[in-house]
Amino acid sequence: MTAPIIRIDRLEKAFGALKVLDGLSFDVMPGEKLALIGPSGSGKTTILRILMTLETITGGHIEVCGEQLYHMRRGDRELPADEAHLHHMRSHIGMVFQHFNLFPHKSVLDNITLAPVLTKGEPKAKAEARAKELLEMVGLSDKAQAMPSQLSGGQKQRVAIARALALQPRIMLFDEVTSALDPELVEEVLLVMKRLAAETDMTMLLVTHEMGFAHEFADRVLFFDKGHIVEQGPPEQIFRNPTHERTQSFLRKIIAAGHRV
Amino acid sequence: MPEWSGYLTLILQGALVTAQLTLFGSVLALLAAFTAGLGRIAPWWPLRWLATLYIEFFRGTSIYVQLFWAYFVLPFMGISLSPLAAGVLALGLNVGAYAAEVVRGAILSVPKDQYEATVALNLTKVQRMRHVILPQALPLMLPTFGNNAIELLKATAVVSLISLTDMTFQAQIVRAQTGSTLVPFAMILLLYFAMALVISTLVRKLERRMTRGLEGVR
Ligand SMILES: Nc1ncnc2c1ncn2[C@@H]1O[C@H](COP(=O)(O)OP(=O)(O)O)[C@@H](O)[C@H]1O
Ligand SMILES: [Mg+2]
Repeated sequence: MTAPIIRIDRLEKAFGALKVLDGLSFDVMPGEKLALIGPSGSGKTTILRILMTLETITGGHIEVCGEQLYHMRRGDRELPADEAHLHHMRSHIGMVFQHFNLFPHKSVLDNITLAPVLTKGEPKAKAEARAKELLEMVGLSDKAQAMPSQLSGGQKQRVAIARALALQPRIMLFDEVTSALDPELVEEVLLVMKRLAAETDMTMLLVTHEMGFAHEFADRVLFFDKGHIVEQGPPEQIFRNPTHERTQSFLRKIIAAGHRV
Repeated sequence: MPEWSGYLTLILQGALVTAQLTLFGSVLALLAAFTAGLGRIAPWWPLRWLATLYIEFFRGTSIYVQLFWAYFVLPFMGISLSPLAAGVLALGLNVGAYAAEVVRGAILSVPKDQYEATVALNLTKVQRMRHVILPQALPLMLPTFGNNAIELLKATAVVSLISLTDMTFQAQIVRAQTGSTLVPFAMILLLYFAMALVISTLVRKLERRMTRGLEGVR
């Protein structure tokens, strides 16, 4: 039996007095495609940001690729992770953001090659060759020299996906990657992600309001409410036969808002 | 009729001193501004504390007093500076204290999501600053840096206090010797203006170069 690639164990997160996560536990298996759904404010983004070390945690443990994310072992003592440990752990994880966060002063190609060259010491030529492959994969071969300001939202997000992939992380996090896009640009991004999910054995965690896409993409769906997992299971079960009243009413609301299921 | 060509030479010699003070002072101010500006946001509190002390001290005391210290008091501590070096030191550190706040402000105004992208791409702290944050902050600093440099140019006139023969000092000599106020002061008025124009033109050129490709971002 293989071990989980992510183990979240009684995780706690508070912003001041506001407890967002209070004893959350779940595992993710290597290669698993996980969809996190739930009402806005239920803590989905916070979970991804914690995994990307963009937040600090207030309690609990997270294990990624067999090592503690926020703790280090020193002899038999457990210490909070320092920057060097976080740097090491981040090499396993990549993230794509809702608002792309491309570097506006760098060309598309430089956006993609910057991190491989700086953090992995890859030769520029090798990084560029790989960047061009990735651009082809996301259908933007002709945009290598463009500046981000010259791209549409959908194109920007596809570049951001290529940029995150260039580091070849074992785990990829996607936080509502289509919700800042005009409706007609959503499909091109989803298409790229579907192909990615089919072609790689990367572990993926996806936060989304696109229920149809979650259904197709995910091996397992986690429905969150107020920082807790209310219900989880294969997409078929969650979307067709949700057992909890809160899941049912959430899905009803989503459908009423015009999203496909 | 006084010998104007001789007096003109005198004023141009003064202009050279003023230009040197402005150039070297600006270079020092720039160094001080980046050191203190980055120090203000450093993750290590002694650095933040030192940077704050420097900035508050030099903004809170007058350039006149600072210059006096650089030239007349430092020798008592075993540091003797030439008048030019003392002038550059006082002007550079004084203007650098103001510019440090510009550096800090510009860095903090780079959107937070840029910083988060650098974390997600696993850049080190130095790489984040050097490759992502500073290149976006610099174009924001430039216009104010231009103003700072012009302020520095105008402040150079205080150096006559330590017997440096800058442009204003020479104009006063000419005035004393010829009895004419209009000619020497009209002359230096034009020269100051020309120097300020050079500064603002350079800064604008630089700004245009740096913001290439950034159109429509902010
Ligand atoms: N930086 C922050 N400071 C304070 N509260 C925050 C912060 N980030 C998120 N929250 C709060 O945490 C809760 C969960 O937010 P989030 O993880 O963004 O939810 P979701 O992504 O499911 O919509 C919300 O109540 C939100 O207001
Ligand atoms: Mg969210």
